Amino acid sequence: MAQRAQPVIGTTGIVAGGFVVVAVLLSFLGIGLRAEVGRGIGPAEWAAIRFTVVQALLSALISVLCAIPLARALARRRFIGRGFLITLLGAPFILPVIVAVLGLLTVFGRSGWANAALGYFGVPPLSIYGLHGVVLAHVFFNLPLATRLLLQGWQSIPAERFRLAAQLNLPPRMIRRTLEYPLLVQIVPGAAALVFVICLTSFAVALTLGGGPRATTIELAIYQAFRFDFDLARAALLSLIQLFLAGGAALIALWIIPNFPLGAGLDRTLQRWDARSGLQQVLDAIVIALGSAFLLLPLLAIVLAGLQGLPEMPAVVWKTAGNSLGVAVLSILTLLIIALPMAGWISTRRAGGAEAIGLIGLSASPLMIGTGWFILINPIADPVPLALPVTALINAMMALPFALRILVPPMRDTLVTFDRLSRSLGLRGWSAWRWLVLPRLRAQIGFAAGLTGALSVGDLGVIALFADPDRATLPLQMYRLMGAYRTEAAAGAALLLLAMALGLFWLCDKGGRWRAEA
Amino acid sequence: MLKLEDVVMSQGNFALKADFSVEPGRKTAVIGPSGAGKSTLLGAIGGFLPLRGGKLWWQKRNITHAAPGERPIAMLFQDNNLFPHLSIARNIGLGIRPDLKLSASDQDRIGKALERVGLREMVDRKPGELSGGQQSRAALARVLVQNRPVILLDEPFAALGPALRHEMLDLVHDLSNETGATLLMVTHDPQDVRRIADDVIFVEGGRAEAPQPAAALLENPPPALRAYLG
Repeated sequence: MAQRAQPVIGTTGIVAGGFVVVAVLLSFLGIGLRAEVGRGIGPAEWAAIRFTVVQALLSALISVLCAIPLARALARRRFIGRGFLITLLGAPFILPVIVAVLGLLTVFGRSGWANAALGYFGVPPLSIYGLHGVVLAHVFFNLPLATRLLLQGWQSIPAERFRLAAQLNLPPRMIRRTLEYPLLVQIVPGAAALVFVICLTSFAVALTLGGGPRATTIELAIYQAFRFDFDLARAALLSLIQLFLAGGAALIALWIIPNFPLGAGLDRTLQRWDARSGLQQVLDAIVIALGSAFLLLPLLAIVLAGLQGLPEMPAVVWKTAGNSLGVAVLSILTLLIIALPMAGWISTRRAGGAEAIGLIGLSASPLMIGTGWFILINPIADPVPLALPVTALINAMMALPFALRILVPPMRDTLVTFDRLSRSLGLRGWSAWRWLVLPRLRAQIGFAAGLTGALSVGDLGVIALFADPDRATLPLQMYRLMGAYRTEAAAGAALLLLAMALGLFWLCDKGGRWRAEA
Repeated sequence: MLKLEDVVMSQGNFALKADFSVEPGRKTAVIGPSGAGKSTLLGAIGGFLPLRGGKLWWQKRNITHAAPGERPIAMLFQDNNLFPHLSIARNIGLGIRPDLKLSASDQDRIGKALERVGLREMVDRKPGELSGGQQSRAALARVLVQNRPVILLDEPFAALGPALRHEMLDLVHDLSNETGATLLMVTHDPQDVRRIADDVIFVEGGRAEAPQPAAALLENPPPALRAYLG
């Protein structure tokens, strides 16, 4: 049998995948070295576990329940701005958490717009700290995701079915039963599981809106044990709990989690003949208006407050912005060095089993990995100067599953389409990358890089573990400003951070598509 | 001489046998009903389909296990003969060096090949900016610089209209005469056979017959071929 010479050889991909596995395993080793399991799980740990699970459950439930009417309304209505709104549903992917939190505080906070409106009617102000705040922020981030997942499902119903339903003049109740319920049964559990898993490892939201013994997630508890008590043993124990809880949930959820709707195509319009009654139209209009207001008002608040706050920003903000930019660029480079060979390796294999390595990033939480590495590095070297590179590396690993989802399908396509031509020309190894894969995948590489850059520049996670006052990133600096009640300066920093995240994404994404050929 | 020695090819349930030689410099048409295995035969010679049995020789060299790019063969497929993201010059350059590290004399060869196929003005264009006929010419220019002794054509001109296809076949005819290459081409059309082929390989019923002189065969086809030609 002739050897089947693949244009793209898997060796570098295996090395890259191995690197990720080793990086994660090393963190386990670090945790294992220090975790004193014998000490047992105390009441504080139990409280953290309970809060983590409860807030994640509530967030998943509310996100999905609100997403159902919103996705349904979006699926069956045509209106001006629909495309914009659907694009906006993708924004939370690249919106820095801390920026969104500040926007939510401006709208829903103690002296925010919502309370001002309620006060007008004599209702006492609501506080969004604690459980409600955490859940509110999680719904803000995950409602769009759940809506996109459901919308994708709705659009997968063939137009012919709706035509048939219209022909048979099915009443709304029957349309729900024959077309919509089977779909919901298929998609809702996966969407809820995904949101649940994402919220289990939530850190920045809990850090800013939670806190205290009654509203501390495990991820936040790791940070507190580490930062306030410098109790590495406790941090390691909590990391272990996090690993079992979040990692286990992620592995179980993997079976039911649907594909991320990362790409475009959701703005496709489908002709519908049903749902023409006045009541249905009014209800849909209300749902869309509420949904858009919920998503848009905090963004608007950031821009308005930020413009006022820009002159108030201390000089240190610019320095930390520079750090953040450096971290983001390093993350993008690291991601590409890992993801491209891995995608090549996965694409040449028949089944996508190797993709699971990329998902390790989802099950291992950033603070857990950070804690593990800190424990290993600490005896050998001072971890503080490594804060920025470590943050960049962990951010790259967190972006890896998304990047693989983006890169693998088109890479597989390219390798299949041009398989015979490349082989007949003897095009392989670096030449195949240089002249075939990289040019053909420019758009997707740009998209993946943009996503990584935006995630990384806005990340408030590991950096909080390692950093000292001299080595902050912009999100961390923004958090410090908020903690010092310098709200205006923080709002200015939020606007700057938002501009950087969107700018990085736009630059990479456009760069990938610039002068891209057929 | 290209020699297929007791060759057995298979794809799924389908098997095809061949045991013959093709003399150097001959232009041979491969004809037969669709699904009979014409593309399978060319794919196996080109190295894209591992043989299940038998040996493949070029002159004294056993190429049964050689990778496609290491065989003395240049091949054009039904589609995807050019990389759409690379300029015509680079597409042709890949036929000289797959890493595209081209010397001045390589560039010179690319220019000459383009000139030969009448595409001198198109050096920096992308394939998408060319017409179907021009794309075929560009692919032939690459075959020219590849400078391999055997050329396999698996219906690369099938999507062209009759006039353009005849033009391409004439160009192929002239190019293989100039280079002395051995040509094997799949076709459906007896007219194509008359136009350029010296010999015919008839593929049917799980066998690829040995090449026979085209003119005589078409004048007086055996029953199976007669049934196919209609």
